Amino acid sequence: MDKFTIENMNLYYGKFHALKDVNIRMKKNRITAFIGPSGCGKSTLLKSLNRMNDLVEGCKITGDIRLDNEDIYGDMDVNILRKRVGMVFQKANPFPMSIYDNIAFGPRTHGIKNKCELDQIVEESLRDAAIWDELKDRLKKSALGLSGGQQQRLCIARALAVKPEVLLMDEATSALDPISTGKIEELCLKLKNDYTIVMVTHNMQQALRISDETAFFLLGEMVECNSTDAIFSNPQDKRTEEYITGRFG
Amino acid sequence: MANSDNIKNDAALVDVSQIKAINKVSFKQRMKAYKRKPLSLVLLILVGLAAAISAAALIFIIVYVLVRGVPNLTPELFSLEYNSDNVSCMPSIINTIILTLVTLVISVPFGVGAAIYLAEYAKRGNKLVKVIRTMAETLAGIPSIVYGLFGMLFFVYALNWGYSLLAGAFTLAIMVLPTIMRTTEEALLTVPDSYREGSYGLGSGKLRTIMRIILPSAMPGILAGIILAVGRIVGETAALIYTYGSATGYAAGPFNSGRSLAVHMYVLTNEGLHTDQAWGTAVVLLVLVFAINTLSAFVAKKLGNNKR
Repeated sequence: MDKFTIENMNLYYGKFHALKDVNIRMKKNRITAFIGPSGCGKSTLLKSLNRMNDLVEGCKITGDIRLDNEDIYGDMDVNILRKRVGMVFQKANPFPMSIYDNIAFGPRTHGIKNKCELDQIVEESLRDAAIWDELKDRLKKSALGLSGGQQQRLCIARALAVKPEVLLMDEATSALDPISTGKIEELCLKLKNDYTIVMVTHNMQQALRISDETAFFLLGEMVECNSTDAIFSNPQDKRTEEYITGRFG
Repeated sequence: MANSDNIKNDAALVDVSQIKAINKVSFKQRMKAYKRKPLSLVLLILVGLAAAISAAALIFIIVYVLVRGVPNLTPELFSLEYNSDNVSCMPSIINTIILTLVTLVISVPFGVGAAIYLAEYAKRGNKLVKVIRTMAETLAGIPSIVYGLFGMLFFVYALNWGYSLLAGAFTLAIMVLPTIMRTTEEALLTVPDSYREGSYGLGSGKLRTIMRIILPSAMPGILAGIILAVGRIVGETAALIYTYGSATGYAAGPFNSGRSLAVHMYVLTNEGLHTDQAWGTAVVLLVLVFAINTLSAFVAKKLGNNKR
């Protein structure tokens, strides 16, 4: 079943045509990976899925983007959209507050005030992000004192705390060491049972390791999208083949 | 799995006092380096001298004020009622505090509000924003006597408030508004965009993002601006003489005239009859400013506690 469907999407930053006629579907409870060289538009597309591009001055989008067959640029409240479609950023960005408050920020935003309920959500989210055991004794400590890998998993927990349906990951492991990366990849595989994950990655090995579907982007075009096995073993487009075999990019 | 960071923090501490480090630069080595590059020694001496002279000037002023002033800190100087014999500065102290508070109550909401608009709501690179910024910078550099003249003509005469607490506070509020606005805006702009993204990404609206994420992060910077403003208010004379007046008693109501500590000192010195008491008052002013700065630094630290 398709979670996201994107049809004839074009995106412009000012006069720059950043995404050209993109058509792509993302399946539910799957991990879809966007790969491609820097500046090919994959992060831009990801940010369009929860309308973070609204914050960019001079960004124009045309076409049709639907979440569960509902137009996300139509009548849908943008804050509700972002609750349903959570995001983890390239650089871990915990808020300058305690670990507990970081996780509780999202639920509180959406009206949960009850202390017991919040406690439960915090624990659940941290457990889901596989970081509960490391942090359970220091929930009141500042989140800025954590290591980079812990901060990123905290950010994943924070995104999970609002109970999203989709998790967008924008090169979420590119600033991390291999051990932290491994943990987050494991986490993604576990999370896909409950969530739909869309990730942007520069690391083709990562796409190969954990994604079910892979889409290859080049110069604002979606060149090819297929199951990950097919893309890596039998690419249809010559450009895809050249990219994944490392001949450019 | 154990966290490597925690191990590093707790177990890796060793006693280093006995270690003889090879990377420590000895005096001899340093002299040798200077022999090769004498110019760097000259520069070192010049900047060292500059630092010493700056510090010495400040210390000299403080010591001078203390030496002249402390012997004049008599109990009469702090009598509750002023008369021309004891020239008590007590009413001025109270007036100064009230004036400062009233001024801040007027200027902080407008200054911070305007800064929030400029930094968070207005489009970045907007023409209007640039104009407002330039105006604020210009206003911040105008001599305070100009504000005093404006306050006198507008609040005292045109609005017919007379020499009064309100006229003085409004004049000073206009005077410190650009300072508060600019420092607050700078503080808001230093809040990383990643905080905003993180907050919006969780489905928070603009209001919640500003109130819960951005303002708390910017609080130390905003307070620094308010401290600067307080410094200017407490030290101001020119803008107050023709707006707040120089009545010697307590300014009990909003339309009463009074004199702030700095004006009190100015008047005492100007009359030439109570120079000693003026020095005493100077010490009080010095202590007051020092106390305000320490207190605000303490508050800023408390508020910024969660950052590290």
